[in-house]
Amino acid sequence: MRFESPTTTKAAASLLAAEKGVAHVLAGGTDLLVRMKMGAIEPDLVVDVKRIDAMRELTVAASGVHIGGAVPAAALGESAKLRALWPGVVEAANLIGSDQIQGRCTVVGNLCNASPAADSVPALIAAGAKAIVVGPKGKRRIGADKVVLGPGKTSLARGEFIEAIVLPARAARSGDAYLRFTPRTEMDIAVVSAAVNLTLSRGIVKTAKVVLGAVAPTAVAVPAAARALIGSKLDDAALEKMAKACRAACNPIDDKRGTVEYRTKVAGVLARRAALLAYERAGGGK
Amino acid sequence: MSGVTVSTTVNGDAVQFVCPPSESLMDVLRNRLNLTGVKEGCGTGDCGACSITLDGRLVCSCLVLGAEAEGRQVETVEGLSENGKLHPLQEQFIEKAALQCGICTPGFLVAAKALLERNPNPTEEEIRYALAGNLCRCTGYDKIVRAVQSAAKIMRRSRKA
Repeated sequence: MRFESPTTTKAAASLLAAEKGVAHVLAGGTDLLVRMKMGAIEPDLVVDVKRIDAMRELTVAASGVHIGGAVPAAALGESAKLRALWPGVVEAANLIGSDQIQGRCTVVGNLCNASPAADSVPALIAAGAKAIVVGPKGKRRIGADKVVLGPGKTSLARGEFIEAIVLPARAARSGDAYLRFTPRTEMDIAVVSAAVNLTLSRGIVKTAKVVLGAVAPTAVAVPAAARALIGSKLDDAALEKMAKACRAACNPIDDKRGTVEYRTKVAGVLARRAALLAYERAGGGK
Repeated sequence: MSGVTVSTTVNGDAVQFVCPPSESLMDVLRNRLNLTGVKEGCGTGDCGACSITLDGRLVCSCLVLGAEAEGRQVETVEGLSENGKLHPLQEQFIEKAALQCGICTPGFLVAAKALLERNPNPTEEEIRYALAGNLCRCTGYDKIVRAVQSAAKIMRRSRKA
Protein backbone atom coordinates (compact mmCIF):
# COMPACT_ATOMS: atom_id res chain seq x y z
CA MET A 1 0.00 0.00 0.00
CA ARG A 2 1.17 3.50 -0.88
CA PHE A 3 0.17 6.52 1.22
CA GLU A 4 -0.07 9.94 -0.42
CA SER A 5 -1.14 13.26 1.04
CA PRO A 6 -1.49 15.75 -1.82
CA THR A 7 -2.15 19.44 -1.17
CA THR A 8 -4.49 20.16 -4.08
CA THR A 9 -7.67 18.47 -5.32
CA LYS A 10 -6.10 18.34 -8.78
CA ALA A 11 -3.14 16.33 -7.49
CA ALA A 12 -5.50 14.03 -5.56
CA ALA A 13 -7.58 13.45 -8.70
CA SER A 14 -4.44 12.64 -10.74
CA LEU A 15 -3.21 10.16 -8.12
CA LEU A 16 -6.58 8.40 -8.00
CA ALA A 17 -6.92 8.34 -11.80
CA ALA A 18 -3.40 6.98 -12.32
CA GLU A 19 -3.75 4.11 -9.84
CA LYS A 20 -4.23 0.75 -11.58
CA GLY A 21 -5.12 -1.13 -8.41
CA VAL A 22 -7.53 -0.37 -5.58
CA ALA A 23 -7.46 3.28 -4.50
CA HIS A 24 -9.32 4.82 -1.57
CA VAL A 25 -9.76 8.37 -0.33
CA LEU A 26 -8.93 8.90 3.34
CA ALA A 27 -10.76 11.77 5.04
CA GLY A 28 -11.75 10.93 8.64
CA GLY A 29 -10.90 7.27 8.20
CA THR A 30 -13.54 6.12 10.69
CA ASP A 31 -15.03 3.75 8.12
CA LEU A 32 -12.01 3.18 5.84
CA LEU A 33 -9.57 2.11 8.54
CA VAL A 34 -12.11 -0.23 10.10
CA ARG A 35 -12.67 -1.90 6.72
CA MET A 36 -8.91 -2.18 6.21
CA LYS A 37 -8.49 -3.69 9.67
CA MET A 38 -11.28 -6.20 9.02
CA GLY A 39 -9.61 -7.19 5.76
CA ALA A 40 -12.72 -6.18 3.80
CA ILE A 41 -10.54 -4.01 1.54
CA GLU A 42 -6.85 -4.05 0.72
CA PRO A 43 -6.03 -0.73 -0.92
CA ASP A 44 -2.98 -0.32 -3.13
CA LEU A 45 -3.20 3.42 -2.67
CA VAL A 46 -4.64 5.59 0.09
CA VAL A 47 -4.96 9.30 -0.65
CA ASP A 48 -5.24 11.44 2.48
CA VAL A 49 -7.19 14.58 1.57
CA LYS A 50 -6.73 16.41 4.88
CA ARG A 51 -3.79 18.49 3.61
CA ILE A 52 -5.89 20.03 0.83
CA ASP A 53 -6.83 23.54 1.99
CA ALA A 54 -10.04 23.69 -0.04
CA MET A 55 -11.26 20.50 1.60
CA ARG A 56 -10.58 21.76 5.12
CA GLU A 57 -12.69 24.85 4.55
CA LEU A 58 -15.95 25.49 6.37
CA THR A 59 -17.66 28.71 5.30
CA VAL A 60 -21.04 29.55 6.73
CA ALA A 61 -23.42 32.27 5.50
CA ALA A 62 -27.15 32.63 4.91
CA SER A 63 -26.28 32.87 1.20
CA GLY A 64 -24.78 29.37 1.31
CA VAL A 65 -22.66 26.95 3.29
CA HIS A 66 -19.53 25.15 2.10
CA ILE A 67 -18.46 22.07 4.07
CA GLY A 68 -15.12 20.77 2.83
CA GLY A 69 -14.76 17.03 2.47
CA ALA A 70 -12.12 16.89 5.21
CA VAL A 71 -13.96 18.98 7.82
CA PRO A 72 -14.62 16.84 10.91
CA ALA A 73 -18.22 16.63 12.13
CA ALA A 74 -17.15 18.17 15.46
CA ALA A 75 -16.29 21.41 13.63
CA LEU A 76 -19.89 21.72 12.42
CA GLY A 77 -21.17 21.67 15.99
CA GLU A 78 -18.59 24.27 16.99
CA SER A 79 -19.99 26.79 14.50
CA ALA A 80 -22.73 28.77 16.26
CA LYS A 81 -23.68 30.29 12.91
CA LEU A 82 -24.17 26.90 11.28
CA ARG A 83 -26.17 25.67 14.28
CA ALA A 84 -28.47 28.68 13.90
CA LEU A 85 -28.93 28.30 10.12
CA TRP A 86 -29.07 24.51 9.78
CA PRO A 87 -29.70 22.98 13.23
CA GLY A 88 -31.02 19.76 11.68
CA VAL A 89 -27.91 19.18 9.58
CA VAL A 90 -25.68 19.85 12.60
CA GLU A 91 -27.62 17.59 14.98
CA ALA A 92 -27.55 14.81 12.39
CA ALA A 93 -23.79 15.11 11.82
CA ASN A 94 -23.13 15.33 15.55
CA LEU A 95 -25.04 12.09 16.24
CA ILE A 96 -22.42 10.03 14.38
CA GLY A 97 -20.39 7.98 16.88
CA SER A 98 -18.56 9.27 19.93
CA ASP A 99 -16.57 12.47 20.54
CA GLN A 100 -13.54 10.51 19.33
CA ILE A 101 -15.30 9.67 16.06
CA GLN A 102 -16.64 13.24 15.78
CA GLY A 103 -13.06 14.52 15.82
CA ARG A 104 -12.37 12.65 12.60
CA CYS A 105 -15.53 11.70 10.69
CA THR A 106 -16.86 13.90 7.90
CA VAL A 107 -20.29 14.35 6.31
CA VAL A 108 -18.78 13.61 2.89
CA GLY A 109 -17.44 10.35 4.28
CA ASN A 110 -20.81 9.57 5.82
CA LEU A 111 -22.41 10.11 2.40
CA CYS A 112 -19.80 8.10 0.46
CA ASN A 113 -19.85 5.21 2.93
CA ALA A 114 -23.41 4.77 1.62
CA SER A 115 -24.95 3.17 4.69
CA PRO A 116 -28.77 3.12 4.63
CA ALA A 117 -28.65 4.24 8.28
CA ALA A 118 -26.18 7.14 7.82
CA ASP A 119 -27.29 9.96 10.12
CA SER A 120 -26.22 13.01 8.14
CA VAL A 121 -27.61 11.83 4.79
CA PRO A 122 -31.38 12.37 5.33
CA ALA A 123 -30.63 15.82 6.79
CA LEU A 124 -28.41 16.75 3.82
CA ILE A 125 -31.01 15.63 1.30
CA ALA A 126 -33.76 17.49 3.18
CA ALA A 127 -31.55 20.58 3.13
CA GLY A 128 -31.22 20.36 -0.65
CA ALA A 129 -27.45 19.87 -0.37
CA LYS A 130 -25.27 19.46 -3.44
CA ALA A 131 -22.02 17.53 -3.68
CA ILE A 132 -19.08 18.97 -5.60
CA VAL A 133 -17.57 15.96 -7.34
CA VAL A 134 -13.97 16.13 -8.58
CA GLY A 135 -12.56 13.64 -11.03
CA PRO A 136 -10.29 13.11 -14.01
CA LYS A 137 -12.72 15.06 -16.21
CA GLY A 138 -12.99 18.04 -13.88
CA LYS A 139 -15.74 19.14 -11.51
CA ARG A 140 -19.46 18.51 -11.50
CA ARG A 141 -22.25 19.18 -9.03
CA ILE A 142 -24.87 16.62 -8.14
CA GLY A 143 -27.66 16.53 -5.59
CA ALA A 144 -26.82 14.79 -2.32
CA ASP A 145 -29.74 12.48 -3.16
CA LYS A 146 -27.91 11.34 -6.31
CA VAL A 147 -24.78 10.04 -4.56
CA VAL A 148 -25.95 6.86 -2.84
CA LEU A 149 -27.30 4.05 -5.04
CA GLY A 150 -27.60 1.31 -2.42
CA PRO A 151 -25.81 -0.10 0.62
CA GLY A 152 -22.09 0.60 0.07
CA LYS A 153 -22.67 1.77 -3.50
CA THR A 154 -22.31 5.31 -4.86
CA SER A 155 -22.72 6.91 -8.27
CA LEU A 156 -19.13 8.19 -8.22
CA ALA A 157 -17.07 6.98 -11.16
CA ARG A 158 -13.57 5.57 -10.83
CA GLY A 159 -11.18 8.29 -9.77
CA GLU A 160 -13.94 10.62 -8.58
CA PHE A 161 -14.31 11.98 -5.05
CA ILE A 162 -16.37 14.65 -3.31
CA GLU A 163 -14.52 17.87 -2.59
CA ALA A 164 -17.29 19.50 -0.58
CA ILE A 165 -20.95 19.64 0.32
CA VAL A 166 -22.76 22.87 -0.40
CA LEU A 167 -25.98 23.93 1.31
CA PRO A 168 -28.22 26.39 -0.54
CA ALA A 169 -29.10 29.95 0.46
CA ARG A 170 -31.28 29.93 3.59
CA ALA A 171 -34.57 31.80 3.37
CA ALA A 172 -35.83 33.62 6.43
CA ARG A 173 -38.34 31.67 8.54
CA SER A 174 -36.72 28.34 7.78
CA GLY A 175 -35.93 25.48 10.11
CA ASP A 176 -34.81 21.88 9.91
CA ALA A 177 -34.62 18.95 12.30
CA TYR A 178 -33.29 15.41 12.39
CA LEU A 179 -34.42 12.70 14.78
CA ARG A 180 -33.41 9.07 14.95
CA PHE A 181 -34.48 6.11 16.99
CA THR A 182 -31.79 3.90 18.54
CA PRO A 183 -32.20 1.32 21.33
CA ARG A 184 -29.40 3.07 23.26
CA THR A 185 -28.99 6.82 23.77
CA GLU A 186 -25.44 6.96 22.40
CA MET A 187 -23.04 5.00 20.22
CA ASP A 188 -25.71 3.27 18.20
CA ILE A 189 -26.94 3.11 14.63
CA ALA A 190 -30.34 4.41 13.53
CA VAL A 191 -33.17 1.89 13.38
CA VAL A 192 -35.32 4.62 11.83
CA SER A 193 -34.62 8.29 11.24
CA ALA A 194 -36.38 11.32 9.82
CA ALA A 195 -35.26 14.73 8.59
CA VAL A 196 -37.63 17.61 7.89
CA ASN A 197 -36.77 21.00 6.39
CA LEU A 198 -39.39 23.77 6.26
CA THR A 199 -39.76 27.36 5.14
CA LEU A 200 -42.75 29.30 6.46
CA SER A 201 -44.69 32.33 5.41
CA ARG A 202 -46.92 33.88 8.10
CA GLY A 203 -46.88 30.62 10.01
CA ILE A 204 -47.94 28.58 6.98
CA VAL A 205 -45.59 26.00 5.48
CA LYS A 206 -44.45 27.29 2.10
CA THR A 207 -41.85 24.68 1.17
CA ALA A 208 -41.10 21.34 2.80
CA LYS A 209 -38.84 18.35 2.44
CA VAL A 210 -39.25 15.12 4.35
CA VAL A 211 -36.56 12.43 4.15
CA LEU A 212 -36.44 9.09 5.96
CA GLY A 213 -33.35 7.04 6.85
CA ALA A 214 -32.80 3.35 7.64
CA VAL A 215 -36.16 2.26 6.21
CA ALA A 216 -34.95 1.42 2.68
CA PRO A 217 -31.67 0.62 0.87
CA THR A 218 -31.01 4.37 0.64
CA ALA A 219 -32.37 7.45 2.40
CA VAL A 220 -35.74 8.22 0.82
CA ALA A 221 -37.27 11.59 0.12
CA VAL A 222 -41.05 11.45 0.50
CA PRO A 223 -42.62 14.13 -1.73
CA ALA A 224 -46.16 13.10 -0.73
CA ALA A 225 -45.25 13.73 2.92
CA ALA A 226 -43.86 17.15 2.03
CA ARG A 227 -47.02 17.99 0.05
CA ALA A 228 -49.14 17.09 3.06
CA LEU A 229 -47.37 19.79 5.08
CA ILE A 230 -47.34 22.55 2.47
CA GLY A 231 -50.10 25.09 2.99
CA SER A 232 -50.72 23.94 6.57
CA LYS A 233 -49.83 25.19 10.04
CA LEU A 234 -48.98 21.60 10.97
CA ASP A 235 -52.45 20.87 12.29
CA ASP A 236 -53.16 17.28 13.30
CA ALA A 237 -54.79 16.39 9.98
CA ALA A 238 -51.75 17.58 7.99
CA LEU A 239 -49.38 15.77 10.34
CA GLU A 240 -51.35 12.53 10.12
CA LYS A 241 -51.46 12.76 6.35
CA MET A 242 -47.69 13.28 6.33
CA ALA A 243 -47.10 10.36 8.72
CA LYS A 244 -49.25 8.12 6.51
CA ALA A 245 -47.21 9.08 3.44
CA CYS A 246 -44.03 8.30 5.38
CA ARG A 247 -45.29 4.88 6.41
CA ALA A 248 -46.22 4.16 2.79
CA ALA A 249 -42.68 5.05 1.65
CA CYS A 250 -41.00 2.55 4.00
CA ASN A 251 -39.38 -0.59 2.67
CA PRO A 252 -37.24 -1.59 5.64
CA ILE A 253 -35.29 -4.70 6.55
CA ASP A 254 -36.58 -6.94 9.30
CA ASP A 255 -34.06 -7.76 12.00
CA LYS A 256 -33.59 -8.03 15.73
CA ARG A 257 -33.05 -4.27 15.99
CA GLY A 258 -36.43 -3.50 14.49
CA THR A 259 -39.18 -5.39 12.69
CA VAL A 260 -40.74 -4.11 9.47
CA GLU A 261 -43.92 -3.12 11.33
CA TYR A 262 -41.99 -1.34 14.04
CA ARG A 263 -39.73 0.61 11.70
CA THR A 264 -42.69 1.59 9.55
CA LYS A 265 -44.73 2.84 12.49
CA VAL A 266 -41.81 4.73 14.08
CA ALA A 267 -40.98 6.41 10.75
CA GLY A 268 -44.32 8.23 10.91
CA VAL A 269 -43.86 9.12 14.58
CA LEU A 270 -40.35 10.53 14.09
CA ALA A 271 -41.32 12.46 10.96
CA ARG A 272 -44.16 14.05 12.91
CA ARG A 273 -41.88 15.07 15.78
CA ALA A 274 -39.18 16.31 13.40
CA ALA A 275 -41.75 18.38 11.51
CA LEU A 276 -42.96 20.02 14.74
CA LEU A 277 -39.39 20.74 15.78
CA ALA A 278 -38.47 22.20 12.39
CA TYR A 279 -41.65 24.31 12.49
CA GLU A 280 -40.75 25.69 15.91
CA ARG A 281 -37.20 26.44 14.77
CA ALA A 282 -38.56 28.26 11.73
CA GLY A 283 -40.39 30.56 14.11
CA GLY A 284 -43.84 29.03 13.68
CA GLY A 285 -44.69 29.23 17.37
CA LYS A 286 -47.91 27.72 18.57
CA MET B 1 6.30 -2.67 1.66
CA SER B 2 8.39 0.48 1.90
CA GLY B 3 8.26 2.53 5.07
CA VAL B 4 7.07 6.08 5.52
CA THR B 5 9.33 8.48 7.43
CA VAL B 6 7.29 10.70 9.72
CA SER B 7 8.36 13.71 11.80
CA THR B 8 5.88 14.75 14.43
CA THR B 9 5.52 16.06 17.98
CA VAL B 10 4.44 13.71 20.76
CA ASN B 11 3.75 15.14 24.22
CA GLY B 12 5.80 18.20 23.29
CA ASP B 13 8.83 16.27 22.06
CA ALA B 14 9.94 16.20 18.43
CA VAL B 15 10.05 12.58 17.28
CA GLN B 16 10.76 10.76 14.06
CA PHE B 17 9.74 7.24 13.10
CA VAL B 18 9.51 4.96 10.10
CA CYS B 19 6.45 2.76 9.71
CA PRO B 20 4.60 0.82 7.01
CA PRO B 21 1.97 3.08 5.35
CA SER B 22 -0.90 0.95 6.64
CA GLU B 23 0.25 0.92 10.28
CA SER B 24 -2.05 2.67 12.74
CA LEU B 25 -0.83 5.52 14.91
CA MET B 26 -1.85 3.38 17.88
CA ASP B 27 0.66 0.69 16.87
CA VAL B 28 3.30 3.33 16.20
CA LEU B 29 2.84 4.89 19.64
CA ARG B 30 2.86 1.55 21.44
CA ASN B 31 5.43 -0.44 19.53
CA ARG B 32 7.80 2.13 18.04
CA LEU B 33 7.66 4.97 20.58
CA ASN B 34 7.03 2.75 23.61
CA LEU B 35 4.05 4.82 24.78
CA THR B 36 2.15 1.82 26.08
CA GLY B 37 -0.37 3.95 27.98
CA VAL B 38 -2.19 3.89 24.64
CA LYS B 39 -4.24 0.68 24.93
CA GLU B 40 -5.74 -1.48 22.23
CA GLY B 41 -9.24 -2.60 23.10
CA CYS B 42 -11.24 -3.13 19.94
CA GLY B 43 -9.01 -1.61 17.26
CA THR B 44 -12.10 -0.34 15.43
CA GLY B 45 -12.98 2.92 17.19
CA ASP B 46 -15.66 1.54 19.49
CA CYS B 47 -14.00 1.38 22.91
CA GLY B 48 -11.85 4.51 23.26
CA ALA B 49 -8.96 2.76 25.06
CA CYS B 50 -6.51 4.17 22.48
CA SER B 51 -7.77 7.78 22.82
CA ILE B 52 -5.23 10.53 22.14
CA THR B 53 -5.50 14.09 20.95
CA LEU B 54 -4.31 15.01 17.46
CA ASP B 55 -3.85 18.75 16.96
CA GLY B 56 -6.03 19.18 20.05
CA ARG B 57 -8.90 16.98 18.84
CA LEU B 58 -9.84 13.82 20.69
CA VAL B 59 -9.51 10.80 18.38
CA CYS B 60 -9.07 7.04 18.52
CA SER B 61 -5.46 6.39 17.54
CA CYS B 62 -6.46 3.02 16.08
CA LEU B 63 -8.38 4.95 13.41
CA VAL B 64 -5.43 7.15 12.44
CA LEU B 65 -2.55 6.02 10.26
CA GLY B 66 0.93 6.66 11.59
CA ALA B 67 1.70 8.35 8.29
CA GLU B 68 -1.02 10.93 8.96
CA ALA B 69 0.83 12.23 12.03
CA GLU B 70 3.40 14.11 9.94
CA GLY B 71 3.76 17.62 11.38
CA ARG B 72 0.93 17.16 13.89
CA GLN B 73 0.74 17.56 17.66
CA VAL B 74 0.06 14.25 19.37
CA GLU B 75 -0.83 14.04 23.08
CA THR B 76 -1.12 10.76 24.96
CA VAL B 77 -1.81 9.91 28.62
CA GLU B 78 1.95 9.99 29.19
CA GLY B 79 1.78 13.76 28.67
CA LEU B 80 -0.74 14.37 31.46
CA SER B 81 1.59 14.57 34.43
CA GLU B 82 3.93 17.53 34.78
CA ASN B 83 7.41 17.24 36.33
CA GLY B 84 6.42 14.00 38.02
CA LYS B 85 3.23 15.48 39.47
CA LEU B 86 0.03 13.71 38.49
CA HIS B 87 -2.74 15.61 36.71
CA PRO B 88 -5.78 16.36 38.95
CA LEU B 89 -7.77 13.86 36.86
CA GLN B 90 -5.21 11.13 37.56
CA GLU B 91 -5.22 11.98 41.27
CA GLN B 92 -9.00 11.91 41.45
CA PHE B 93 -9.26 8.62 39.57
CA ILE B 94 -7.08 7.14 42.32
CA GLU B 95 -8.89 9.02 45.10
CA LYS B 96 -12.36 7.95 43.94
CA ALA B 97 -11.30 4.42 42.96
CA ALA B 98 -12.45 5.07 39.41
CA LEU B 99 -10.68 2.03 38.02
CA GLN B 100 -10.30 -1.65 38.61
CA CYS B 101 -8.43 -3.48 35.84
CA GLY B 102 -7.17 -0.19 34.42
CA ILE B 103 -7.13 -0.97 30.68
CA CYS B 104 -9.68 1.74 29.89
CA THR B 105 -8.20 4.33 32.27
CA PRO B 106 -5.70 6.09 29.96
CA GLY B 107 -8.42 6.58 27.36
CA PHE B 108 -10.84 7.94 29.96
CA LEU B 109 -8.19 10.34 31.27
CA VAL B 110 -7.38 11.70 27.82
CA ALA B 111 -11.08 12.03 26.92
CA ALA B 112 -11.93 13.66 30.25
CA LYS B 113 -9.07 16.14 29.86
CA ALA B 114 -10.34 17.06 26.38
CA LEU B 115 -13.81 17.59 27.86
CA LEU B 116 -12.63 19.80 30.73
CA GLU B 117 -10.53 21.96 28.40
CA ARG B 118 -13.65 22.66 26.38
CA ASN B 119 -16.09 22.77 29.26
CA PRO B 120 -14.54 23.35 32.72
CA ASN B 121 -17.85 22.89 34.54
CA PRO B 122 -19.76 20.07 32.86
CA THR B 123 -23.00 18.63 34.20
CA GLU B 124 -23.17 14.93 34.99
CA GLU B 125 -25.13 14.43 31.77
CA GLU B 126 -22.49 16.26 29.74
CA ILE B 127 -19.76 14.11 31.29
CA ARG B 128 -21.65 10.91 30.49
CA TYR B 129 -22.22 11.98 26.88
CA ALA B 130 -18.62 13.13 26.45
CA LEU B 131 -17.31 9.81 27.76
CA ALA B 132 -19.78 7.66 25.79
CA GLY B 133 -16.96 6.71 23.42
CA ASN B 134 -14.99 5.07 26.24
CA LEU B 135 -16.02 1.66 27.47
CA CYS B 136 -15.33 0.35 30.98
CA ARG B 137 -16.38 -3.16 31.98
CA CYS B 138 -15.42 -2.88 35.66
CA THR B 139 -16.60 0.28 37.34
CA GLY B 140 -20.13 0.78 36.09
CA TYR B 141 -18.99 4.32 35.18
CA ASP B 142 -20.34 6.00 38.29
CA LYS B 143 -16.98 6.34 40.02
CA ILE B 144 -15.45 7.64 36.81
CA VAL B 145 -18.10 10.37 36.60
CA ARG B 146 -17.49 11.30 40.26
CA ALA B 147 -13.73 11.46 39.67
CA VAL B 148 -14.18 13.76 36.67
CA GLN B 149 -16.56 16.01 38.64
CA SER B 150 -14.11 16.17 41.51
CA ALA B 151 -11.13 16.92 39.24
CA ALA B 152 -13.15 19.60 37.44
CA LYS B 153 -13.84 21.29 40.77
CA ILE B 154 -10.18 21.19 41.78
CA MET B 155 -9.10 22.53 38.39
CA ARG B 156 -11.62 25.39 38.52
CA ARG B 157 -10.43 26.33 41.99
CA SER B 158 -6.74 26.31 41.01
CA ARG B 159 -7.52 28.40 37.93
CA LYS B 160 -9.10 31.07 40.14
CA ALA B 161 -6.19 31.11 42.55
